[in-house]
Amino acid sequence: MKKRQFKMKPSFAYFFLAPWIIGFLAFTAFPLVYSFYLSFHQVSLTTEGIRTSFVSLENFQYAFTVDGVFIGYLTVFFRELLLSVPIIIVFSLIIALLLNQKIRFRGLFRTIFFLPVIIASGPVLKELQDMGVTTIPSIEEVFIYNLASRNADQFLSGILLYVLDNIIMILWYSGVQILIFLAALQKIDRQIYEAAMIDGASTWEIFWKVTLPSIFPMIVVNTIYTIVAYSIFSLNPIIEHIKIQMFELETGFGYASALSWIYFVIIALILVLVFVIMNSQSKRRYA
Amino acid sequence: MNHSMVKRGKNANIKLKRWLVGVKGNDGILIRTLIYSLLIGIGFVYIYPVIFMASFSFKSLEDLLNPLVNWIPSTLYMENFKQAYQVLNFFPTLLETLYVTILPALAQTAVAAFVGYGFARFTFRLKNFLFILVMMTFIIPPQVTLIPRYLVYSELNLLGNIQAFLLPATFGQGLNSAIFILIFYQFFRAIPKALEEAALLDGAGHLRIFFTIAIPMAVPAIIISFLFSFVWYWNETYLAAIFFGDQLTTLPLELQKFAASYQKMFPAGMDESASKLNEGIRLAGTVLSILPLLLVYFITQKWFVEGVDRSGITGE
Repeated sequence: MKKRQFKMKPSFAYFFLAPWIIGFLAFTAFPLVYSFYLSFHQVSLTTEGIRTSFVSLENFQYAFTVDGVFIGYLTVFFRELLLSVPIIIVFSLIIALLLNQKIRFRGLFRTIFFLPVIIASGPVLKELQDMGVTTIPSIEEVFIYNLASRNADQFLSGILLYVLDNIIMILWYSGVQILIFLAALQKIDRQIYEAAMIDGASTWEIFWKVTLPSIFPMIVVNTIYTIVAYSIFSLNPIIEHIKIQMFELETGFGYASALSWIYFVIIALILVLVFVIMNSQSKRRYA
Repeated sequence: MNHSMVKRGKNANIKLKRWLVGVKGNDGILIRTLIYSLLIGIGFVYIYPVIFMASFSFKSLEDLLNPLVNWIPSTLYMENFKQAYQVLNFFPTLLETLYVTILPALAQTAVAAFVGYGFARFTFRLKNFLFILVMMTFIIPPQVTLIPRYLVYSELNLLGNIQAFLLPATFGQGLNSAIFILIFYQFFRAIPKALEEAALLDGAGHLRIFFTIAIPMAVPAIIISFLFSFVWYWNETYLAAIFFGDQLTTLPLELQKFAASYQKMFPAGMDESASKLNEGIRLAGTVLSILPLLLVYFITQKWFVEGVDRSGITGE
């Protein structure tokens, strides 16, 4: 009876949700539709207001043909995303696994690993990049020396060099992910481990057969989080390009809208792809 | 018991193995050393830039040029900080930064609590649909909504005004609002309804229950949301630069144009030795711009680090 009464007034839910619904319509849905509309127009700001003239797909054609840098930025972005996201996920999982052991100073280590989330704004990272502090010089020298002497193939060494050059940037992106993994690891029932150990499973087997499947949903969450955070970070050249085009007289708001929509669709496609692949993987392996 | 030599040897072997590798695979001395050295190594890589910043910001020009001075400056040279302080216009900028971060963070937290409560405590027809919609807003890049928002704000004369940040935050469309709604949703779902049901039977209204029962219980979630919101608004420079123009500024924005401001304030050529922007001064500026955040972090770090645990993002 009590329970039913509490649930009896679903209309009140809309009262609580009203601010969000209004906000969504005004600040998200309307801008989405409007920028989609603008992307097919040439937009100019006059003293009487905004003037738009329909140009059909011209903005989109311009992006892929005339605008030389946009496609370049997109490819670089895509390559870096492909490299960085798996590294960030693996790194943060390893660190979370280490922190999940019975160790002293766990709090101190967590504080250190989370610190970048607090201070890593665009301008701060820019300063650090300019000073060349985003890599550890001595490590890099050793690796370059090794690579040169071994004459490793171009593709692999390219990847390695990128990773080494940006090792601190990559690590600095993983603060939130470490904590999410750590929280998930601590929720795994200790009894499952004990049962596995009694059955004679080794630590290695337990990791692949117990730990990994239990935190798999968090791997998906972290991957999506990483992709989103990476794509909207203020040092990303694509979003900088969109900003520049906004205030460029020749191209303006219409073209910038088209660029932002192309970018949005690409990110959405990547996310859907990642989600579908990871989901089917988990079903095949762990179902 | 049979104490043959073979068995004794075996025992010693097992003991040694236990001591090195451990029984359960994680308390042996070898594994422990490995774990600690990995943690310390990675930890060092993490804070290397911070140590670098701190060390170089105290270096005078002589120290910077002297290859023998590596990590520890020969004297605590404060001139860098004095100049950076002037260039950033530190104190007024700090006040402005607090103004444009604290207010949106408060608004965002308040509305997230409200909306999260609505999702957690009621069952209604469109619940799943709306909840998915909330989560979807997380993946929409701000660039897509930026241009229409900019046009509307310029029509309404809201550019260069804190409203450009405050209005969307008040209606649950601020920075990462979806995450905060999720935090409150998970939080309210995890606490039992009994108290609220009793109050409802006693004739209290939903709104009163929310303010007198739910909110006092949600203090941890409120603190976590506010802190994260604060830090994210503080570090946001892309939207801030576009919406605020020259009217409002923040420490990260001032840091972004540090070199330009420096040239304006200390024009080169007047006094060659003193008025050259060097690494020390730039890093002093960087240190100053993150100092307030560091202070907040060291006071409240428990909330940040445990926040992710408690927020229930990882599910029940």
